[in-house]
Amino acid sequence: MIEQHLSLLLVVIPLIAAPVTAMLPGRRLPWLFTLSVTWVCLLLASWQLSVVMNGSVISYELGGWAPPWGIEYRIDAMNALVAFIVAAIAAVTLPYALRSVEKEIPEYQTSLFYAAILLCLVGLLGIVQTGDVFNLFVFLEISSLSSYVLIAMGKQRRALTAAYQYLIMGTIGATFLLIGIGLIYAETGTLNMLDLNQRLQPIMEHRTVHTGFAFIVVGIALKLALFPLHLWLPNAYTYSPSVISVFLAATATKVAVYIMLRMVFTVFSSSLVVLTSYMFLVLGIVGVILPSISAIFQTDAKRLLAYSSIAQISYMVLGMGFASVLGLTATLVHVFNHALMKGALFMAIGAIVYRVGSSRLENFQGLGRQMPWTFSAILIAGLSLIGIPGTAGFISKWYLVLAALEQQSWLITGVILLGSLLAVIYVWKIVEIMFFRPVPETVIEVREAPASLLIPTWVLVSANLFFGFNTELTVDVAGTAVRLLGVTAP
Amino acid sequence: MWMSELPPFIPFFIAALLALFTRGWVRGLIVLATPVLGGLHLWLDVEPGINQTVSILEYELSVMRTDRLSLLFGYLFHIAAFIAAVFALHVRDTTQYVSALLYAGSALGAVFAGDLITLFIFWELLALTSVFLVWARRSERAIRSGIRYLIFQVGSGVLLLAGALVHYQQTGSLAFDFIGLEGLSGWLIFIAFGIKCAFPLLHNWLTDAYPEATPTGTVYLSAFTTKVAVYALARGFPGTELLVYIGAIMTCFPIFYAVIENDLRRVLAYSMINQIGFMVCGVGIGTALALNGAVSHAFNDVLFKGLLFMTMGAVLYRTGNMNGSDLGGLYKTMPKTAMLCIVGASSISAFPLFSGFVSKSMVMTAMIEEGYDYLWLMLLFASAGVFHHAGIKIPYFAFFAHDSGIRTKEAPLNMLIAMSIAAVLCVFIGSQPQYLYSLLPWEVDYWPYDTTHVLAQLQLLFFSALAFVWLNKQGLYPPELHSINIDAEWFYRTLLPAGARRIADSVQVTGRDLTDAAIRSFKQGGKSLSDTRLGRFHLAINWPTGSMVLWITIILGFFLLADVVL
Repeated sequence: MIEQHLSLLLVVIPLIAAPVTAMLPGRRLPWLFTLSVTWVCLLLASWQLSVVMNGSVISYELGGWAPPWGIEYRIDAMNALVAFIVAAIAAVTLPYALRSVEKEIPEYQTSLFYAAILLCLVGLLGIVQTGDVFNLFVFLEISSLSSYVLIAMGKQRRALTAAYQYLIMGTIGATFLLIGIGLIYAETGTLNMLDLNQRLQPIMEHRTVHTGFAFIVVGIALKLALFPLHLWLPNAYTYSPSVISVFLAATATKVAVYIMLRMVFTVFSSSLVVLTSYMFLVLGIVGVILPSISAIFQTDAKRLLAYSSIAQISYMVLGMGFASVLGLTATLVHVFNHALMKGALFMAIGAIVYRVGSSRLENFQGLGRQMPWTFSAILIAGLSLIGIPGTAGFISKWYLVLAALEQQSWLITGVILLGSLLAVIYVWKIVEIMFFRPVPETVIEVREAPASLLIPTWVLVSANLFFGFNTELTVDVAGTAVRLLGVTAP
Repeated sequence: MWMSELPPFIPFFIAALLALFTRGWVRGLIVLATPVLGGLHLWLDVEPGINQTVSILEYELSVMRTDRLSLLFGYLFHIAAFIAAVFALHVRDTTQYVSALLYAGSALGAVFAGDLITLFIFWELLALTSVFLVWARRSERAIRSGIRYLIFQVGSGVLLLAGALVHYQQTGSLAFDFIGLEGLSGWLIFIAFGIKCAFPLLHNWLTDAYPEATPTGTVYLSAFTTKVAVYALARGFPGTELLVYIGAIMTCFPIFYAVIENDLRRVLAYSMINQIGFMVCGVGIGTALALNGAVSHAFNDVLFKGLLFMTMGAVLYRTGNMNGSDLGGLYKTMPKTAMLCIVGASSISAFPLFSGFVSKSMVMTAMIEEGYDYLWLMLLFASAGVFHHAGIKIPYFAFFAHDSGIRTKEAPLNMLIAMSIAAVLCVFIGSQPQYLYSLLPWEVDYWPYDTTHVLAQLQLLFFSALAFVWLNKQGLYPPELHSINIDAEWFYRTLLPAGARRIADSVQVTGRDLTDAAIRSFKQGGKSLSDTRLGRFHLAINWPTGSMVLWITIILGFFLLADVVL
């Protein structure tokens, strides 16, 4: 009974829970409720993943309407993997949220804050689950609107500007997506992804279809912060509350990568891929190098990580640019692994913010000795970000390099390795300040972060190590997903 | 005892973890028991021909591949780890214990690695774990030197990985067997091995970092890194003729530097390159005899070079000084150390009945058999040189020469025990070489003690000693002076910083001129530029929202245009 409705429940449960949370009083109760909802979601998402892992597909008809007319939820390995990432990050972030939110959000906003988190979760999970492009747009708006709210709740007043900036840009992106969807709807008269795929084949030459494709790709590129459309991201990640930095950094752009894959490879299939390939490769190359250099110049740890995120997203974009089985596998694996490492890093920085009250690097001096567990978390997750063997980051870099070598593309291989070197520099920058600088004398004693912040951080850190050795989940599922995408290139 | 497929690095890594949390005699016991139990296990339970694989990604990584070659190095590293552990038993520093165990474990991992990726992983681990033995000295010099060391070592690892990837691309196999100097992959891997093996011009990390490590750390360092490289060469590039020439140069050029060097541990570092030169020659010749010679010389070198580094470590530990000009006359207070040092010196100089003789002569014989006459002469010269700088200079300036007036105590008991074990092994192997020969990977049909060999070697040594005495009496021998000698490092320690500074200066000047010009032109246009942003990275600052809208338009425009064009 539950298994039949699994894919719907994953969206409906947080959707119903959100208004309930908004009405709960106090600090603890909304948190506890949200926590249990996210854990139920994680349970459902892992169940769903285990069902489709072997390559089978769940097709769920909403309200009993048959697919091309009604909304269809269509789950294959790729949806399930991304849904699992989103649900898992939410489930790990929530235990972390309690103490951090107490410090950063005023009490009267707490329940609304958690409600907004749940709405954001609904949006992200909905995007992943649905097989209908208009439905996808709706969920994208739900997640975007709630994330504007969440970012605006940051303690500094600059959070408002950051949220406003993101609002403007995000809306432009969403509008582009909507225009694109409108154009292809006008051409085909359908919104179902698979149906679109069928109907678009004969009319692929039409200019309208091409224009629609261009609008859709550019709109999504904005949401995934493809360089140079990344300008909203550094501010949004820097000034939002710590919990939101963790959650958004680990999920939002990953879901956008998913939309891009779906749209380019499922809806439009391969005939238009050539067009995007060049763009992805060129912007990916520039997007690995310049944001990495920008990251080196940052003076704020969160902002540094935000720029590093843009660079890491560019790796995923490079993988898409190859449009080969290996390349897309690398993209999906990196989606998963990057969620782990950035989640861990933002959590650790959040733990420092909890104790020190600032994420500016100048306040980090000598903290490595006072907060050894937080420091080692940053160190290990940082190594994973660089791509040291034995960490999850290595696996994705490895596949990406293999994909580049397969295409005989020495330039891109070099770019990937150069990106790793630049990552060494900016990770080392944090490590150096935390560990090798003496504590300024004016600073009073800082204690290690509380366990409720450390445990979730270390869960993600150990996941970084675990998935550095065990690649059954990541690589195999990603491989299955790519096979189902129907990529024809080797 | 355990299952025979257990990769030998695992006990060491577990021991390192335990050493992190234990103190005092418990930790000492762990550090001593690990190489003993591991070594016994390897000796009794493990046979050649095992190939244990672990699958990671879709690759079969071969973490335990045994044959006679890897087993010999396995025994050697266990012995070395044990001796070094005894020597370091008085240390209280957790960093050194943990990194030494991890380092020894990584060396074992590398030697038993059956594929290039596993080799790469341990290759990098060797670098990362050993650098802490340098940093543990905790002086500014040691830290800087350690960073230079790390750059070289990690660079070697990156080359190895690049080579492995290209190799895989070309052959579809990652197995670590004969590679040969063919194509890009061969060269990349060759240079990677060469850096770790201290090829000429790539050797500076060795003479730079080893003398800066802690007294006990250097003993570990001298045993593993370069020997792993020799092993890797012996497996990947046997019979590569280029190696013979490289090896011959390696035997000769360090002699000059070693003679003028004042820091006695740096003298040993140079003499280490010289000894590795013999092994590289052996690998390059590639006949069974030569390879056996190279491998057995590696075996002996770990013991006698370890012994010499230990005696110098003991001197450093007791006196806090390592300069030949400041030491001297220590035989009065450290007689046992002095005796043991002489045993090590005799071994490295290849006196008959000491271990250096039975292995070095194999390489020399193989060389003359293969017709490299001139190179053989070079090696002969090098042998004489070794006696000069390592055989006489080390014990002479540390323990005899002019009395420096330093009165100290004999080395601690654990150090004496460690040194004695190494000394006994040196003499035992030197006088009973058949036991070592029976372990060698290829068939041995060789006996070093015939009249020609012994006589030739003794003549060489006595005339060399005569030269030393004569030069010393005439005052022609380079005096021991306080100085820092740098050789090829000049390129990156002097030229590069100076050049970079000059370039940076000129860039700064140009930048300032440009800024001034820009400001002036703006002012002339009736505007003022309050904040010139040239000093910051332009992309790293906040951009206005509008600029992104512009970018969207540009990208969309390109897309639509590309559509028309295509």
